[in-house]
Amino acid sequence: MVNVYVLAEHRQGELREITLEMLTKAAAVAGQTGGEVVAVLLGSGVDSFAEKMGGYCDRVLYVDDPLFADYNSEKYQKVLAALLQEYKPELFMIGHTTQGVDLAPALAVELKLPFISDVIDINVADGKLKPVRQFYQGKVNANFSFKGEPPYLVTFREASLEIGEPAKNGSVEKIASPLLEDIAYRRFIEYVEAEVGDVDITQSEILVAVGRGIKEDKNMPLIQELAAAMKADICGSRAAIDAGWLGHDRQVGTSGKTVKPKLYVAIGISGAFQHLAGMKGAKAIVAINKDPDAPIFSVADFGIVDDLFKVVPKLTEKLKELKG
Amino acid sequence: MNIFVCVKRVPDTSEAIVKVDDSGRGVDSSKFSFDINESDNYAVEEAMLIKEAKGGNVQVVCAGTQDADVMIRMALAKGGDSAIRIDDPRINVIDPLQVAKVLAAAIKGKEFDLVLTGCMANDDGNMAVGVALAEELGVPHAAMVKKVEAGDGKVKVYRELEGGISEVVEMDLPAVITIQTGINEPRYAPIKGIRLAQKKELTVLKLEDLGLAPEDVSESASLITLENLYIPEVESKAEIIQGEPEVKAAILAEKLVKGGLL
Repeated sequence: MVNVYVLAEHRQGELREITLEMLTKAAAVAGQTGGEVVAVLLGSGVDSFAEKMGGYCDRVLYVDDPLFADYNSEKYQKVLAALLQEYKPELFMIGHTTQGVDLAPALAVELKLPFISDVIDINVADGKLKPVRQFYQGKVNANFSFKGEPPYLVTFREASLEIGEPAKNGSVEKIASPLLEDIAYRRFIEYVEAEVGDVDITQSEILVAVGRGIKEDKNMPLIQELAAAMKADICGSRAAIDAGWLGHDRQVGTSGKTVKPKLYVAIGISGAFQHLAGMKGAKAIVAINKDPDAPIFSVADFGIVDDLFKVVPKLTEKLKELKG
Repeated sequence: MNIFVCVKRVPDTSEAIVKVDDSGRGVDSSKFSFDINESDNYAVEEAMLIKEAKGGNVQVVCAGTQDADVMIRMALAKGGDSAIRIDDPRINVIDPLQVAKVLAAAIKGKEFDLVLTGCMANDDGNMAVGVALAEELGVPHAAMVKKVEAGDGKVKVYRELEGGISEVVEMDLPAVITIQTGINEPRYAPIKGIRLAQKKELTVLKLEDLGLAPEDVSESASLITLENLYIPEVESKAEIIQGEPEVKAAILAEKLVKGGLL
């Protein structure tokens, strides 16, 4: 019997999707072993999140305390360590998110938990948990197993599955906070909103996206000419923004924007999961990349495996001709 | 301000063919090209910027073989003062918590204000070593940082969250910060610096030199097991267009225009 506990993630008054994704996976794992799915929520004024999660699990345990109004790794770690020792689940799932990666490794060290990060799937064989994670940016998968005593800890990758239906009616229990006073080594100050640019790429019908493959700033005119021929806006992967070829407001992916255009043309983008999560909802996707194993092709409708510097100018030329 | 910066040498597999080796638990890396991990390179630059603004020294720490020395010397050429490389084949590099334990042993007991490292290694993608290292050292941490403002006894950092929002947090020093790519513009090592770097101290240590029992950081003590690697089946519905570059471009253009996508 595998009882699976899931840490709810929320920010600025919203329950984040990763929470329901993890509860969906947890239900599959627990379902195979006759275990229970329990959501753990730390927050302030979060009754509605607790109610919502009840639809996806057997039990919601939540702490409602102003000390948890905003995420703080130290407070979370302290409380979760106490809860894990009290409830002793077999598996504890935390999102592989900017919050989870800031929290889980320290919790694992403190409690000496068997820990696997960035898990994309969890299989069960002979009652044993077999998490799957990737290496080399998605080019290799690895089957893992845990040794030693539970609780076992994983961080679970975002957007790796579809959220299921809210078919359960779990109990909702408010519990006393194990954190009796504030901790002050690390202090939350504020959120700073993302900068706003001249074009809102979340509203664009057609997007030409550029990645590391374009190599240098001086090659950007190739992309600009193609975008002009397509009447498209330009966006990019993290690599293009880090290199300074485009502003932050043009970044597509988990740390940038999520876009759903009619057409998305990815040029020289390998397709790290963080990027795919931001664009796989596009109606049609074209990928141009010289690596046939690039993960971008897994979400593409049309692919060209070739040197972009040979293909893109010809594509621009042909489009101009066809569109007159 | 005294800073440790932890770096890793990783292969660039963005355009490489990756094959599982005969053991089933490793990959054939003979054709890979290696360099400093991308976010670690930004961490090195951030360490130099802080040193230039605040004074102090920067020590480079790396768990790796002699192959890593070129990369370490580059960090020294950019302004690092000295380096420690822990070279021991018994370290189980699959388990980020064990790697963190090794790095912590190299830093523990020394005076420091900040430990910087990249937020993610591009080969294993764990995003775990830096935060685990903080816990081993018993100091606060912040992960995925895009801006650092080091002050007196305190540091203010901007963590990059989903959607491009920043979370601003302040920590007491000493602290560990994991650096996100794009935080700065990593410099090239100056020629003069490269010459000077050859003379800087690079200490190579074994686990015993750090007071670590090898069995504590070897695979037998790990609480996780890598059972096997496999190449994932790509469920692609993509129509891959064939031909010479101009033929492919023409076919694609026609599909887009005639298919009503443009």
